[in-house]
Amino acid sequence: MKIVVTVKLVPDPNGEKKLDPATKRLVRTGVETVINPYDEYALEAALQLKERIGGDSTVTVFCMSPESLKESLRKALAMGADGAVMLSDSSLEGSDVWASAHAMSLALKRIGFDILIVGGLTDDGSTGAVPGALAEFLGVPCLTNVRKIEIADGKVRVERETDGGYQEVTGSLPMLVTTALTIGEPRYPSLKGIMGAKKKPIDMLSVADIGAADTVGSAGSKTELLSFAPPPARGAGQIVTPEDPAAGAAAILAFLKDKKLV
Amino acid sequence: MNFDLTDEQLAISRLAREFATDEVRPRAEEMDREEAFPYDLVAKMAELGFLGLPFPEAYGGAGADTVSYALAIMEIARADASTAITMAAHVSLGATPFYLFGTEEQKQRYLVPLAQGKMLWGFGLTEPEAGSDAGNCRTTAQLENGQWRINGTKAFITNSGTDLSGGTTITAVTDKRADGRSEISNIIVPQTTPGFTRSKKYRKMGWRASDTRELSFVDASVPEENLLGKRGEGLKQFLTILDGGRISVAALSVGLAMGAYDEALAYAKERRAFGQTISKFQAIQFKLVDMLCEIEHSKLMVLKAAWEKDNKRDFLQTASLAKLYAGEVSRRVVNEAVQIHGGYGFMDEYPVSRMYRDQKINEIGEGTNEVQRVVIARRMGL
Ligand SMILES: Cc1cc2nc3c(=O)[nH]c(=O)nc-3n(C[C@H](O)[C@H](O)[C@H](O)COP(=O)(O)OP(=O)(O)OC[C@H]3O[C@@H](n4cnc5c(N)ncnc54)[C@H](O)[C@@H]3O)c2cc1C
Ligand SMILES: Cc1cc2nc3c(=O)[nH]c(=O)nc-3n(C[C@H](O)[C@H](O)[C@H](O)COP(=O)(O)OP(=O)(O)OC[C@H]3O[C@@H](n4cnc5c(N)ncnc54)[C@H](O)[C@@H]3O)c2cc1C
Repeated sequence: MKIVVTVKLVPDPNGEKKLDPATKRLVRTGVETVINPYDEYALEAALQLKERIGGDSTVTVFCMSPESLKESLRKALAMGADGAVMLSDSSLEGSDVWASAHAMSLALKRIGFDILIVGGLTDDGSTGAVPGALAEFLGVPCLTNVRKIEIADGKVRVERETDGGYQEVTGSLPMLVTTALTIGEPRYPSLKGIMGAKKKPIDMLSVADIGAADTVGSAGSKTELLSFAPPPARGAGQIVTPEDPAAGAAAILAFLKDKKLV
Repeated sequence: MNFDLTDEQLAISRLAREFATDEVRPRAEEMDREEAFPYDLVAKMAELGFLGLPFPEAYGGAGADTVSYALAIMEIARADASTAITMAAHVSLGATPFYLFGTEEQKQRYLVPLAQGKMLWGFGLTEPEAGSDAGNCRTTAQLENGQWRINGTKAFITNSGTDLSGGTTITAVTDKRADGRSEISNIIVPQTTPGFTRSKKYRKMGWRASDTRELSFVDASVPEENLLGKRGEGLKQFLTILDGGRISVAALSVGLAMGAYDEALAYAKERRAFGQTISKFQAIQFKLVDMLCEIEHSKLMVLKAAWEKDNKRDFLQTASLAKLYAGEVSRRVVNEAVQIHGGYGFMDEYPVSRMYRDQKINEIGEGTNEVQRVVIARRMGL
């Protein structure tokens, strides 16, 4: 079973995010780069699946990102992935969802997979549109928000989280699955994993390798970011300095009533 | 000169930090209060490979270097000194003697499960009447009919009495030399040896979630093959182990200081007095600056000693300097961290109060400040 997981490298979610007004792109320098948190869940799902299926199953991580961030991908290998493939090319910069997913799909066709496990959302772009677009370009079924995956006799059986509970759905391979956070907490990489990660391969692909020259980057994109603005600054709060706690409670209650919140 | 850490060193430091922040830190206060040995955390550390960090993979370890080891101890001590000493004592004192002096069979039998964290092991040097003066060992082991018959007492032995403890390696007088001095050897004493008993845990000022006990040997017999290393080399071997151990206790001191500094910095930015946060007072700023300066300095010393060890240089003097200095830095830093917290720092629910208590042993264990100075001065040729 060939399990492939998509992993995006994003600026540390605990840091401050900035957009460069000139390029309208996220500033990625000067901040630590980490694996997109949702994708760690996808990887955890993949590793668990591999452990359950056993045999000669492999987990390959796929990432589209500047080559300079390559080392940030090692954590996925330290967690237990067998290898990684990275699609890097300066011409990919500025790709929108359509162009990104298109390029990724060409690379993924080259890599090949039985099941493709994708995180639901990134911490930077946060469109959540890549998985659907990928499934479309790859011509495979797509089951989203999955909390449990089982594979038997070439059939996939999943549990999908819904607002009211969960659904059981079955489908055929090859397939794309996006994971819910209830799939299980991502494991820590072990020390042996860390020490072994350097020996695992990270294979590089370029745009020429996947034959996607005209459809990538800003030029190949179908949408364009026109402008952006930070969220409006929050107004000054109101500070209550009452005589005693009871008066304070009354003042707060009056305020909430005034706003029709209680 | 290159100050960059390798990718592995960085990754190990990050892992230790994540583990310490998510799993250890939230438990530290309760573990200290209840004097509870954290079996579940130890199991997780074993699973992740922390308990065999510097040993080769062939012996169940992770094959990482001393720099990584020091960084890992720092991050864990930053969250909780008790958990850090449990790890440091296990690796540096419990398992290392087998790695350095064990036969291949002893390595397979003891080092492998120790590195895998399947059991813990003690290092029994100190006695009620022999601490700094470890050569004054009174515990005896007499070889009779292929068995060592052991009698005596060991004091303050870490990791010696947990449910996971497999035994303790001790120093014992095995004969008298021609010059009248004691011949001291190392003997491996498994937990199940008849005549070997452990006291209840000591009640301690700090490191309260770590396991420290008095050991008693009354005609405790182990087979002759339980000799570790050469007969008569016991004291020398244990002093060699302490040389390396200094790096880990120094790292522990730095980590504790880092933890206290983190707390003090966060508190200073939050606590208000005279209409502003106390971090705006120059008096508080200067304290924080001095703390950071000393932490950075002691951290560099520890990493230098670790680097020297990894690169097969003579690291002994640097390690002694680092152990001494980091121990004293940890005292100054925890002291100022409590000061910055005012009265709250004196309250049990604030981590700095625990750190203040956990600190003192840094200047006593594995060579007191005074002994460290004696040793350093001797190496200076004084
Ligand atoms: C602030 C901002 C706003 C943007 N808004 C838009 C927009 O409105 N429309 C538009 O077309 N583009 C937009 N983009 C560009 C878009 O983010 C990129 O095209 C990006 O490559 C894919 O989108 P995403 O990050 O939203 O992924 P999502 O769709 O949120 O990602 C879902 C999953 O897809 C996988 N994945 C996504 N990207 C990669 C990758 N590079 N490598 C490996 N796996 C990956 C991951 O598993 C991830 O969990 C925006 C970018 C930014 C920074
Ligand atoms: C929590 C804890 C855990 C420990 N774990 C272990 C363990 O796992 N294994 C183990 O073997 N030991 C362990 N120890 C023992 C520890 O290493 C000793 O306590 C330490 O070496 C000091 O010995 P002592 O207590 O006998 O003090 P002493 O040697 O009696 O020292 C008393 C004072 O005299 C000073 N002094 C002594 N000699 C000199 C000198 N020559 N010049 C100047 N001053 C001097 C000392 O610096 C100190 O201030 C532990 C101790 C504690 C508290």
